[in-house]
Amino acid sequence: MQKQEPLLSVRELSVAFKMRDCVLTAVDGVSFDLDRSQRLGLVGESGAGKSVTGFAIINLVSRPGYISGGQVFFEGRDLATFSEEEMRNIRGNRISMIFQDPMMTLNPVLTIGQQMIETLKAHRHISKHEAEKLALSKLQKVAIPSPEKRLTQYPHEFSGGMRQRIVIAIALLTSPSLIIADEPTTALDVTIQADIMELLLKLCEEEEMALLLITHDLAVVSQVAERIAVMYAGRIAELGSTEAIVNTPQHPYTQGLLKALPQKVERRKRLNQIPGNMPSLQERPPGCAFYDRCELRGEICHREIPRLEEKNGGLVACHMVKDAAGKEEK
Amino acid sequence: MRFFKKITGSNLFYNFLRDPMAIGSATVLLFLIVASFGAPLFAPHNPYDQTTIDIMDAELPPIWTGAADADSRFLLGTDPQGRGMLSTMLYGMRVSVLIGVGAVVLQSLIGIIIGLIAGYKGGRLEALLMRLADVQLSFSTYMVAIFISAVFQGIFGMGVYSDYALGLLILVIGFAEWPQYARTVRASVMAEKNKEYVEAARVIGLPQWRIMFRHILPNTMTPVLVISTVQVANAIMSEAALSFIGLGMPPSQPSLGSLIKSGFDYIASGSWWISLFPGIALVVLILSINLLGDWLRDYLNPKLYKD
Repeated sequence: MQKQEPLLSVRELSVAFKMRDCVLTAVDGVSFDLDRSQRLGLVGESGAGKSVTGFAIINLVSRPGYISGGQVFFEGRDLATFSEEEMRNIRGNRISMIFQDPMMTLNPVLTIGQQMIETLKAHRHISKHEAEKLALSKLQKVAIPSPEKRLTQYPHEFSGGMRQRIVIAIALLTSPSLIIADEPTTALDVTIQADIMELLLKLCEEEEMALLLITHDLAVVSQVAERIAVMYAGRIAELGSTEAIVNTPQHPYTQGLLKALPQKVERRKRLNQIPGNMPSLQERPPGCAFYDRCELRGEICHREIPRLEEKNGGLVACHMVKDAAGKEEK
Repeated sequence: MRFFKKITGSNLFYNFLRDPMAIGSATVLLFLIVASFGAPLFAPHNPYDQTTIDIMDAELPPIWTGAADADSRFLLGTDPQGRGMLSTMLYGMRVSVLIGVGAVVLQSLIGIIIGLIAGYKGGRLEALLMRLADVQLSFSTYMVAIFISAVFQGIFGMGVYSDYALGLLILVIGFAEWPQYARTVRASVMAEKNKEYVEAARVIGLPQWRIMFRHILPNTMTPVLVISTVQVANAIMSEAALSFIGLGMPPSQPSLGSLIKSGFDYIASGSWWISLFPGIALVVLILSINLLGDWLRDYLNPKLYKD
């Protein structure tokens, strides 16, 4: 039987920002697939282009940015061919997005109920009463106590963790098939982080939703995601199953990231870190973007941008990683 | 009942009760408004009813002056047409307040919509709309009002003008001052539209007009509320000024401004009360509105301070 077509398929997606005297490429030829009810983690440091990729998927890159190349297929259809009207029907209906700071993403002058009902009414022909009932059931799903009372309250009456639960409930309202979560737990404190991640994981499994989790936190992503894509300077450096990425990372950047995670170490020992910084958008080198910080770098790395290729069962964009399996076959 | 409770439980009300100036001005304003809109109930007689007016009663002084011709029917004396000052003032104040509030509703309607669109859309449309506002602002309110009223009177004659004076004044004053709102709203919208809840609303897939009117607009209402109080006072003043130069309300339907004007010719001949009482009423009305507006501004502490 033929493999089912993926829910979301991103092909060579590029996003550029048009500045006064130059064009900066923030996302450069990113490709990945996401199957139904699968969870993919998009990891990378600040400025790697993770969030921009997220926004590009729903075609909401804000000016002066624009999608400069590639395609996004959702349920087999190219989103670029959609009209603004059709696109609006995808956003918040088939694809929902959750943002980093729940303090900011809820409108301070509307009650939770109003905001939830409004979302539903934008996508469904539904009576106010039905919408309210649906909103209540979703609030229960995200474990908000006494939801009837909560519906009439304003965002400032909730704590940070509660607000993020509400944001998740709003994202769930229309039973989307994909949720893009952009650093959903970064603004929360650690104990609540774990709760929210667990909740998100549980909901994805129950509602059979796919999840694109954008984060800089490898620990968080390895708990939740089935596959991980590591982004560096606008490109995917490595993509593979969570196990493979965590246990046998191939790309030197991924290896560096994992080493840099705080672990139980002797006192006074400094944490490992990757020397240097990610090159800024203006000064991308002609070859591999990781060249300056890489331990394995060779002469070719300086000249040629490595392509994302299948090596040892995962996808890696590095000239220096050798494909052991491929050699054996020959 | 629930609504009432919501108001009495609010911070606004708490703050209000602790500000004697606010209580004082609100009481005076409430009294004036109730008295003027209840004029048909409270006024001793109806100044619009020609049959009750006797020209022989013209220019009678207030009763307490003890003058020989003071008439007990007219507490504050009468105007040159024999109408009781008290009744005429009550009815006149109703006209003034109506014009003030009506003009501000119109101003805010035009200004908010234009400011919201300009601020949210940005780009060329914004530039066009805001230059339009600048052009409008560069004409003084009085100039626009005098021009339109004079043209209207010239074309249709005084008779038709009298019938439509109220609506026309609301239109003229309302139209002349919309840029105040447009500028204020645009500035707030520009600050609000970059906040994340707007982004979130777009991600949810809400239509643009809904994001503008339901999400951004309520968040820009604070400065709008404050300038509204100032603008009501301004509009009442504008109307009084126009009436005083004879381009406002006709003598048959006097506002406070046209009452002051009608008495102005008689001041030198000793009939001071005809101008004085409407003048005092106007000052008290404007003052109480402005004081209340000041308090509201201090309470809301908006970024905006209008001169």
